[in-house]
Amino acid sequence: MADIWVVVDHEGGVVRRITLELLGKGRELADARGGRLVALALGSDLDGLTTPLGEHGADEVLLADHPLLGTYTTEAYTAVVSEAVLQHRPWAVLVPSTADGRDFAPRVAARTGAGIVTDVETLRIDGDRLVATRPMYTRKVVGTVAFAAGVVQIAVVLPKVFPPAQREAGRRAEVRRLEVDLDAGAIRARSVERRGMQRERVPLTEAEVIVSGGRGLRGPENFALVEELAEALGAAVGSSRPPVDAGWVPHDYEIGQTGKTVSPTVYIAVGISGAPQHLAGMSGSKYIVAINKDPNAPIFQVADLGIVGDLFQIVPKLTEEVRRAKAAS
Amino acid sequence: MNVLVCIKQVPDTEQPIRTKPDGSGIEEAGINWILNYYDEHAVEEALRIREKHGGGVTVVCVGPPRATEAVRTALAMGADEGILVTDPALEAADHLVTARVLAQVAGTLAWDVILCGRLATDDNAAVVGPALAEYLGVPQATAVTKLEIRDGTARVEREVEGGLEVLEVELPALFTVERTINEPRYPTLPGIMRAKRKEIRTLTLPDLGVLASDLEPRWRYVRFDPPPKRVGGQVVHPETPEEAARRIVAFLRDVARVL
Repeated sequence: MADIWVVVDHEGGVVRRITLELLGKGRELADARGGRLVALALGSDLDGLTTPLGEHGADEVLLADHPLLGTYTTEAYTAVVSEAVLQHRPWAVLVPSTADGRDFAPRVAARTGAGIVTDVETLRIDGDRLVATRPMYTRKVVGTVAFAAGVVQIAVVLPKVFPPAQREAGRRAEVRRLEVDLDAGAIRARSVERRGMQRERVPLTEAEVIVSGGRGLRGPENFALVEELAEALGAAVGSSRPPVDAGWVPHDYEIGQTGKTVSPTVYIAVGISGAPQHLAGMSGSKYIVAINKDPNAPIFQVADLGIVGDLFQIVPKLTEEVRRAKAAS
Repeated sequence: MNVLVCIKQVPDTEQPIRTKPDGSGIEEAGINWILNYYDEHAVEEALRIREKHGGGVTVVCVGPPRATEAVRTALAMGADEGILVTDPALEAADHLVTARVLAQVAGTLAWDVILCGRLATDDNAAVVGPALAEYLGVPQATAVTKLEIRDGTARVEREVEGGLEVLEVELPALFTVERTINEPRYPTLPGIMRAKRKEIRTLTLPDLGVLASDLEPRWRYVRFDPPPKRVGGQVVHPETPEEAARRIVAFLRDVARVL
């Protein structure tokens, strides 16, 4: 089979940005292979997804619509995706690198005998196989990986590494429904609830702009400076590791080797020295702006614009200036 | 409550890592090999389960002979038994092969819970844990930040985008742990002495009855390169906070075009 599949990440009836990114790349791969681009969506009441998926390049939408798929569980997702992969044997499956994608994709690979490569940053076709690159060793190395002949190729792709597919109004996908046979009793890891921390305007991994605070903020109360700047910019808020270890902010703020990997258009590092373990999570950003009082801080070696100065004076002024610029535009 | 902890030995990535000039691998000279950071948290969690519920803690590692040291670190922290699976045939192993080998080992042991780190800091793959759970046919939760066991069920919290998920998981089960789950203890001197004397069981593939077909990797590394060097741009020392703010806004508007 020459088909490229994309597993759809969606929430509240809306297709998430990473899905559009995978559809964009998937379209390119499908055209190169002469195959079809198939979007596989799991959940309950999915009909609203078919239009946006078709408009963003899917030739076919496979719907696995079942009440037991309304909430993510490892076992139900693994069962449904594995069954579909075994039945249709796509050439490749692109999975979003989200908490859930990383949770079920390895099990699908193990169950179906597919190959799996995670943290994928680039994908190209070499002969009749996919070749991927992925960051390794705290981003000190880029590994190039080639899938073996004959296996279904599962690539778990990082957010924001491919541009999202352009919308083509009126473009339609063929819709097919998968027969889903699930038994609630077979689900042994049951989701009790998902608690949003309700802090994120935009998820860190999807944000266009991130403002991130470090040790230089000196205390939890000063994170307000970062929050206000982020609000003015419509940006997400992150942190380096020391504020997390000190308990100023929860771990889901953390960017770096032991936190999240982000690739925004702009990353504004406030009071962050730039330890390798932090750079591992953010050096894929398009532009880096750093504010730090230490002119020798390693962050300045990677920053496109480095400002040496006192963040406590600069950040409030910057927030004002951003608000003014936004009001003027 | 018996706990099996799967561990890996990795290079200390606080230190420089260099690729070989021909791209065939990384330079191993000068590397400081350590127990994977997340696995320390897994060992710690296993010890806490033992302290609360009794039972034993066994660590198992797949790796070259030098990985004995990682097993010894876990023993020094307090694990009861250590197993190293080492075989030249595993050099080209992908994560599914490693998981298959671990499943064979797990099949010879009695356990209620398997713990792994969320990922290993060398290749960041996060594949072995869930694949192992699949081969063993047990439920799982990944990136676990809290784990409580009561009456054959684990109540866990896992990190998801922008929040957390609470799950109830029937045992036996496998969990991969996030670093916030606990603060690992340091090995004590008596612990280190005890670990030195302890026998580490070494197994090879023939001991485990792994099939040759299970050893077929489904991908291979073609090459390793240093990342494209990020060149820093301007570093400026503005006279006033206002000037600093103006420069940043000009950059955001004219260069990055996000304003």
